[in-house]
Amino acid sequence: MENGWRGFKGGAWEKEINVRDFIQKNYSPYDGDASFLEGPTQDTLDLWDQVLELSRQEREAGGVLDMDTQMVSTITSHGPGYLDKSKEKIVGFQTDKPFKRALQVYGGIRMAMKACEDNGYKVDPEVVEYFTTHRKTHNAGVFDAYTPEMRACRSAHIITGLPDAYGRGRIIGDYRRPALYGVDRLIEDKKAQLNSTRIIMYSDVIREREELSEQIRALEMLKKLAEIYGCDISKPATNVLEATQAVYFAYLAAVKEQNGAAMSLGRTSTFLDIYAERDLAEGTFTEKEIQEIIDQFVMKLRCVKFARTPEYNTIFAGDPTWVTESIAGIGVDGRSMVTKMSYRYLNTLNNIGAAPEPNMTVLWSTKLPENFKNFCAEVSIKHSAVQYENDDIMRVVHGDDYGIACCVSSMRIGKEMQFFGARANLAKCLLYAINGGVDEMTGKQVGPKYRPITSEYLDFDEVWDKYKAMMKWLASVYVNALNIIHYMHDKYSYEKIQMALHDKNVKRWFATGIAGMSVVADSLSAIKYAKVKPIRDENGLVIDFEIEGDFPKFGNDDDRVDSLAQDVLHEFISFIKGNHTYRGGVQTTSILTITSNVSYGKNTGATPDGRKRGVAFAPGANPMHGRDTNGAVASLASVAKLPFMDSQDGISNTFTIVPDALGKDDADAQKNLTALLDGYVEQGGHHLNVNVLNKETLLDAQKHPELYPQLTIRVSGYAVNFIKLTKEQQDEVIARTFHATM
Amino acid sequence: MTGYIHSLESFGTVDGPGVRYVVFSQGCPMRCLYCHNPDTWHLKDGTPMETEEILKKLNRNRSFYTTGGLTVTGGEPLLQIDFLTELFTKAKEMNIHTCLDTSGILFDKNNEEKLAKFHALTKVTDLVMLDIKHMDENEHRKLTGHSNRNVFDFARFLEEQNIPVWIRHVVVPGITNQTEELEALGRYLSTLTNVEKLEILPYHALAVPKYENLDMEYPLKGVPQLTKQEAKEAYAIVEKTWKNM
Repeated sequence: MENGWRGFKGGAWEKEINVRDFIQKNYSPYDGDASFLEGPTQDTLDLWDQVLELSRQEREAGGVLDMDTQMVSTITSHGPGYLDKSKEKIVGFQTDKPFKRALQVYGGIRMAMKACEDNGYKVDPEVVEYFTTHRKTHNAGVFDAYTPEMRACRSAHIITGLPDAYGRGRIIGDYRRPALYGVDRLIEDKKAQLNSTRIIMYSDVIREREELSEQIRALEMLKKLAEIYGCDISKPATNVLEATQAVYFAYLAAVKEQNGAAMSLGRTSTFLDIYAERDLAEGTFTEKEIQEIIDQFVMKLRCVKFARTPEYNTIFAGDPTWVTESIAGIGVDGRSMVTKMSYRYLNTLNNIGAAPEPNMTVLWSTKLPENFKNFCAEVSIKHSAVQYENDDIMRVVHGDDYGIACCVSSMRIGKEMQFFGARANLAKCLLYAINGGVDEMTGKQVGPKYRPITSEYLDFDEVWDKYKAMMKWLASVYVNALNIIHYMHDKYSYEKIQMALHDKNVKRWFATGIAGMSVVADSLSAIKYAKVKPIRDENGLVIDFEIEGDFPKFGNDDDRVDSLAQDVLHEFISFIKGNHTYRGGVQTTSILTITSNVSYGKNTGATPDGRKRGVAFAPGANPMHGRDTNGAVASLASVAKLPFMDSQDGISNTFTIVPDALGKDDADAQKNLTALLDGYVEQGGHHLNVNVLNKETLLDAQKHPELYPQLTIRVSGYAVNFIKLTKEQQDEVIARTFHATM
Repeated sequence: MTGYIHSLESFGTVDGPGVRYVVFSQGCPMRCLYCHNPDTWHLKDGTPMETEEILKKLNRNRSFYTTGGLTVTGGEPLLQIDFLTELFTKAKEMNIHTCLDTSGILFDKNNEEKLAKFHALTKVTDLVMLDIKHMDENEHRKLTGHSNRNVFDFARFLEEQNIPVWIRHVVVPGITNQTEELEALGRYLSTLTNVEKLEILPYHALAVPKYENLDMEYPLKGVPQLTKQEAKEAYAIVEKTWKNM
C-alpha cells in the first residue's frame, strides 16, 4: 500500500489508471452552505499585489512585458521562476520569471517570429534558421498540402481561425494522474502499452509506437520539471498541497510544451477535495491553509501566458488561455459532485478578485444542491466571471468524469480528445449561394460556379436549395482542410505530455464550427416572411438588400424562425458528417464564435436580414443585437431549441442583464438567476454566460481603463478583462442586448 | 377573448414573486404625473391578442416560471376586466400563479354588474399588487386626476375576499415623500389584515425619452429622482407606523 493512498477506499483504480473510480469511491458530497469558507492569507494578498503590479506594467508596455527569444520552450527548458519564493505555496512558471512569455515554435516558426516582431522583439536568427531549414514546423507542413481552393476560402474569410499556424489546443491531459499515481507508475503503464501494440508494422502501428515512446519521454521530463523546483512527483501525493502541486506541474508541463489556443485544466476540484477532506480529518491542514493553497494555485493559472500576434487577437481577443475548470455536476449514480472544493474554487473570485482565468465553468443540473446554486448565483452577480453548461444533457454522452475544453467542448478526461477546427461563416455561405460562389466583398470566384439567383425578389425555396448545395461544398473543403491540419499537427507538433496523460486508445472528436447563425436564421426568415429585393452592382453581384415588411426574428421564441435555425444546423452537420475524417475523428460542430464574430462581420457583405456590410455578427448562438425584444426567457428559449445532438461541440449563449432587472434585493436576484438557469437547462439549453452589469460601467471603463484593472466580463465561452479588448470589440460588447426592466 | 396588449416581458423579476411572465395591458384612465408608461394610455393603440395566445407563450416555457407565474400590469388591466378574468381563469386551470398589478381605480362598489365581475376575477387571482398613489384625496386628484375613494374601497373588498395584497407606493420627492403622507399610509395599512408586503418604488426619470418620443411634455421636469437610501428611509417610516399601531 502506497503511503499516498492511506485511508482511501480501494477499488479498480488501484490496479489500473482510473481516476474516475477513485473519485467515485472516495469523494464526499457537500450540500451545506458557504459559511465554512475562509478569506485570503496575507501571503496570498501580497503575491496577488505583485501580480497586479506586473499586469499594470504589462498593460503599459503595450500588452507584453518580456519575451524569451532564444530558448525554445520544452517541459524542462527553463530554470525555476518565482514571484516571492518565501510566500509561494504552489510554485512554477512557464519560463524563469513571471510574465515572461516563452518561445514556442512547433506550431509554426513564422507565427513565433511575428509574435515577437509585433511586440518589438526578435527571435534569435539561429533558432529561425534551424526551424526554417532543418526542422519543419506544423504551419509549413499545412501550407505544403493545402489546395488552392482551401487557400482561397481562407483568404475570403469563409473559413477563418483555422489552427494552421498555431497550436490547436482543446486537448485536456488528465492532470490528476500524476498526483494520484506518481509519475513512475504512469511511465510503467505507458511502457506496458508500448509492449502490447500489434507487431505487424502498418503505418498506424508505427505511429502508435512512436507516439507512446514520445509520451514516455515527456513523462520523464515532467519528473525533471518538478525536480527543478525541488519537488519529487515520482510517487503518489501524500496530502492536498502535494496533490495540488502535482496537478499544477502536469498542467505546467503542457503549457510549456504547447501554445494551444485553449489549454484547459479539466475537472480537478472534487478530486482534490478528497485529499483536503483527509487532511482536515488528520489535522494536517486547516481550512484557511487549504483555501490558501487553492488561491495560490488559481493565481498561478491566472499567470499562464502565450506569445500571440495582433491578428490572432482579433479572433481570440484579450489574451485568453482557456484554463477551463469544470466544477460540480451530478454523478451517474445520482449523487451531487459538489464538494467543499467546488466552493473553494469559486471563492477564489472573492479572495483575489474577478479575473478571466481560470475559466470557471459550473456543470449545472436542476438537481444540484440549492445551497450551491445560490452560491453560484451570488458569485455570478458579483463577478460576471462564471459560465454554466448543461450537465443533464452532457452526462448522457460523456458520463460524469468529463470536462470542458476551451468554452463549450465536452470530453471525457483522459479518454477523449478533440481535433479543434475553428468555424465556417454560414452567413457568407448564404451570400455565395445567392451570388453563385462569387465573394461579395472581392468579386472573386471562391466557391463553385453554380448559377446565381437572378430574380427581382428572393424566393425562399430557390434560396434554400442553392444554400444547401453551397453548404455541402463548404463542408467538404472545410473538413478536408482540417484533415490536413490535424495530420500535420500530429506530425510536427504532437502533444506528447497531454497525450501521455490519456489512455492508449482515445476517442477523437472532429470539431467543426459555425459563425453567423442568427444572421442566417433572420435572413431566411426575411426571405420567407417579408419581401427581400437584392440590389446588384454593375456586374450583377448582389451587394445589398431591400426588405419590405416585417418578419419573425430569432430570439423571440417564435417557431417560424427558430425552426429555420434548427434546419440550417441540421443540414450543415449532416454535410460535415458526409466527409472522411483523419484518424477516424467523430464529426461534431459548435455554434461558438469566440470574439471572431466582429471580424467575421467585418469581412461579410450586407445580408438579407437587413444587417449592413461589415457589421458584427452576434456572438455564438446569440440572437442579433437588440432583435430579441420579448425578454430574456423568450431569448433563451429560442437558443435552447437548437438541438445539442446536432451541435455536440457546444452552443454558446451570452446573457447580459442589468443588476436591477434580476430582482429587488440580493436574495431575490439570486433566486431568480437560479430559476433562470434551471429553466434554461430543463429546456435543453447547453451553455450560458452570465453577465450582471450596467452598460454605464462598461462605457466608463472604456474611458478610464486604469480604474477597472479587474473588470471581467463573459464574452463567448470565456471571460475577458474588458480593458484588454480592442475599441471595436468593446463597442460590440456594449451594443449587445442588455436585459433590463421595462 | 381578445385583449389589447402593449407588450410582453418573458423574464419579469420585479412584478410579483419569482420569475414571471408579465403582460402589459393597453389603456389607462389615470394620468399620473410620474407615469413611466405614457405609451400605454390609449386602449386601441395596443396589439389585439387572444388569451390562448398569451398562455401558450407562457406555457411553452413553463420550466422558467416554477418560482413565479403570470402578472398582468399596464396600463390599467381592470379596463379590460372580462379579458383579464378569462386569462386568469385559464391560467388557474393550468395551475399558474396569477398576479394583478392595479391602481384599483375602476372598482365601484355601488355598481352591481361591475361588482359581480370583480367577484369572478378575484376567484382566479392569487395576488394583487395594489398601487396606492396618494393617501390624501386632494393630492390624489392632483397627482392622478381621480379621487382615491375607489382605491380604498377596492382594498377593503380584497380584504373581504381574503386575497393577499402587496401594496406599492411610488415615492416622489416633494409629492409623496413627506413624513405625514408616509405615516398616513402606515396607519391605513394597519387597518388591513391581508397586506403581505409593502414595496416602496423610488421615483425615477427613466421615462423622459418616452415622453420625448411621443412628443409630450414631461410633467415632473426637474424633480430629482429618489435615491435608494431615501427609499429605505421612507419604507422605515411607513413600516413603523404600520406595525406599531
